[in-house]
Amino acid sequence: MDHHSILRVVSKLLIPPIIVYALYVQWHGDFGPGGGFQAGVIFAVAFILYGLVFGVEAMTEVLPTSVIRVAMSLGVLIYAGTGFYALLVGHNFLDYESIGHGGHHAQEWGILLVELGVGITVASVMIGIFVAFASRTPKLKDEDW
Amino acid sequence: MIDLIAKNLPALQVVIPLMAAPVCAIFNRSRLAWLIAFVVAIASFAMSVALLGQTLDGGIISYHLGGWAPPIGIEYRVDVLNAFVLLIVSGIAVVTLPYAAKSVAQEIPREKQGFFYTAFLLCLTGLLGVTITGDAFNVFVFLEISSLSTYALVATGAERNRRALTAAYNYLIMGTVGATFFVIGLGLLYMATGTLNMADLAHQITLRGDTRMLHMGFAFVLVGIGLKLAMFPLHLWLPNAYTFAPSAVSVFISATSTKVAVYVLLRFMFGIFGFDYAYQQSTLQYVLLPLALLAMFAASLVAVFQTDLKRMLAYSSIAQVGYMLLGTAFMTQTGVMATVIHLFNHAVTKATLFMVAGAFVYSVGSSKISELKGLGRIMPWTSAAFVVGGLSLIGIPLTVGFVSKWYLVQAALELGWWPVAAAIVLSSLIAIAYVWRIVEMLYLHSPSPDTKAKEAPLSMLVPMWILAAATVYFGTHAALTSAAASRAASTLISTSNIIWQ
Repeated sequence: MDHHSILRVVSKLLIPPIIVYALYVQWHGDFGPGGGFQAGVIFAVAFILYGLVFGVEAMTEVLPTSVIRVAMSLGVLIYAGTGFYALLVGHNFLDYESIGHGGHHAQEWGILLVELGVGITVASVMIGIFVAFASRTPKLKDEDW
Repeated sequence: MIDLIAKNLPALQVVIPLMAAPVCAIFNRSRLAWLIAFVVAIASFAMSVALLGQTLDGGIISYHLGGWAPPIGIEYRVDVLNAFVLLIVSGIAVVTLPYAAKSVAQEIPREKQGFFYTAFLLCLTGLLGVTITGDAFNVFVFLEISSLSTYALVATGAERNRRALTAAYNYLIMGTVGATFFVIGLGLLYMATGTLNMADLAHQITLRGDTRMLHMGFAFVLVGIGLKLAMFPLHLWLPNAYTFAPSAVSVFISATSTKVAVYVLLRFMFGIFGFDYAYQQSTLQYVLLPLALLAMFAASLVAVFQTDLKRMLAYSSIAQVGYMLLGTAFMTQTGVMATVIHLFNHAVTKATLFMVAGAFVYSVGSSKISELKGLGRIMPWTSAAFVVGGLSLIGIPLTVGFVSKWYLVQAALELGWWPVAAAIVLSSLIAIAYVWRIVEMLYLHSPSPDTKAKEAPLSMLVPMWILAAATVYFGTHAALTSAAASRAASTLISTSNIIWQ
C-alpha cells in the first residue's frame, strides 16, 4: 500500500474523528439516538480501516489479539456485573435502582455502564472477526474435501 | 447470602453460566476452563433441583428482571414443566463435562480447548434461558445464543474430520432460517396482540379471538420451531451435525437442544394458543400427526442402513423426535405427559448411546460400524452400556424407553386411535433392527488381530454408566418422572385458561 499516498493520508486524517465520533455516540446514548452497539461498530471501523490500509500486522501491534480476546469477555462481564451488583445489594438482577443515588441518577448510570459493556464487546468482536479473516492463510484446497 | 441466592434463583440459573463463559475465554487454559465449566454445571444443576423442589407442588415462581413488572418487563416464569426441563439440561451438562475432559483433549487442539468450554457454557446458558423465560421474544434471543454456540461447537469437530465445517455451515443456514421463521411468527403475534409476555399473549388471544394474523403467526412459529427440533421433513441439518461434532458435543446437544425446542413447542402450542384453539387442533392432527408418524418410520428405516454409528444414532434421534411430536399431536393430558416424560427418557438414553459412540471414537479412532468388530470383548463396559441404551431405544420393559412408549400407546388408546398405537409398536420393531446390527458387530464377530483398541478410560466410563444406570433406574421407578411429567402436563392445561376439551 506504500504507493497509495492519498489513501494513507486520508485515512490518517479520518481515523481520529471516527474514534471521537464513536465515543460521542457511546456517551450520548442515554439522551438521544446512539448507544453501545452503534458506537462499538464505529469504533471498530477506525481500526479496520487502519488494518486495511496499513496491514493487519501494523494494526495488531497497536491492538494485540490477546487484548482483543480479553476485551470481548470484559464487555460481557461489565454488563453482567452491573446486573450482578444490583442482585448483591438486594435488588433484582439488572435493577438500576440500586446504583448511585437511585431515581433518574441511577437509571442514567445503569444504562451508561451496561452500554459501555456492549460497546467494548461489539468493538472488539468486530475487530476480532476482521483479524481472524484477514490473517487467515487457507490451509485447505478444494480437492481436500 | 443463602437468602439472596434463594430470592434470585431464576436469574442466577442463567446468569452464572453466562458470566462463567467470558471468564473461561479470558484465561483460555484448557484445564482451568474445564474446571470452571464443571463447577458451574454442578451449581446450575443444584439450582434447577431447588427450582423443581419449589414448583413441584404446582407453585409458579415469577422473577422480574430489572425490577420491571410484566407484561412490560421481561419475566422469568418457572413452573413444573420448566423446572423439569431445566433439570434435564443441567443434569446432562453435569455428566457430560467429566466425560468431555479426555475426549476433548484428544479431539480438539489444545489452544482451542478454552474456547470450546466457553462455547459449551454459552450453549448451556442459551438452553437454560430458553427454558426459564416467560417472555416470547426472550425465547428467540436465548435460542440464538444456544444455536450460535452450537454451530461453533459442531465446527470444532473439524480437527477430526473436515466435513464438520460443512455440517456446521448447513446447520447454521437451516438454524437461521428456522430462527427467522420463528421471529416473523413472533412479530405477527405481537401485531395481533400487542404483547410479548407469554401469559399475557395467552390472555390477549382469548380476549381478541381468532384472526388470520394469528393463523399466520401460529404457522410461522410452528415451522420455525420445527426446524430447530428437526421435525421430519426439516431435519436435514441434524445427521451431519451430530455425526461430525466432537463426541462430547454430540452427547450434549443430542440430549438437550432438540428437547428444549420440543419444550418451546409445547409452551407455544398449549401455553399460548391453548388446547381448544380450533386452527391449532386441525393443524396438529392433519399436519403434525402424519409427519410424526412418517418420522418414526422413515428415519428409523434410514437408520438401519447407516454405516456410521453416530449417524445411525442421529437418524434414530429424528425418529424419537417423531414420538415426542406424536404425543403433542394427541392434544390430551396423557399425550402431553408422554411427550414430557419422553423428553427426559430420550435425553438419558441418547446421551448414553452417544457416550458409547464417543468412547469408540476415543479408542478406535472412528465410529464406523465395520470397525466395531468384536469390540464387545475388548471394551466390555462400553459395549454393555450400548446394549442397555439400545434396549431402551427399542422400548424393552425395565428401561426408560418402555415407560415413554407405554404412555404414548396409552394416550393413543384413550382416543381410540388403534392404528396409531399399532404404528408406535411397529416402529419399535425397526429400532430392533438397527440396534441389533451394532450388537451383532460388537459381540458375534472376533476382533481383528492387529487392533490397538483398549477399554475407554474411567473418566468416560463412569458418566456413561451413571446414565446407563439412570436408564434402568427410572425405567423401574417410573413413578418419580411420571409424577413430574403428569404435573407438568396438568400445569400446562390449567395455565392455558381455556375450557379443556
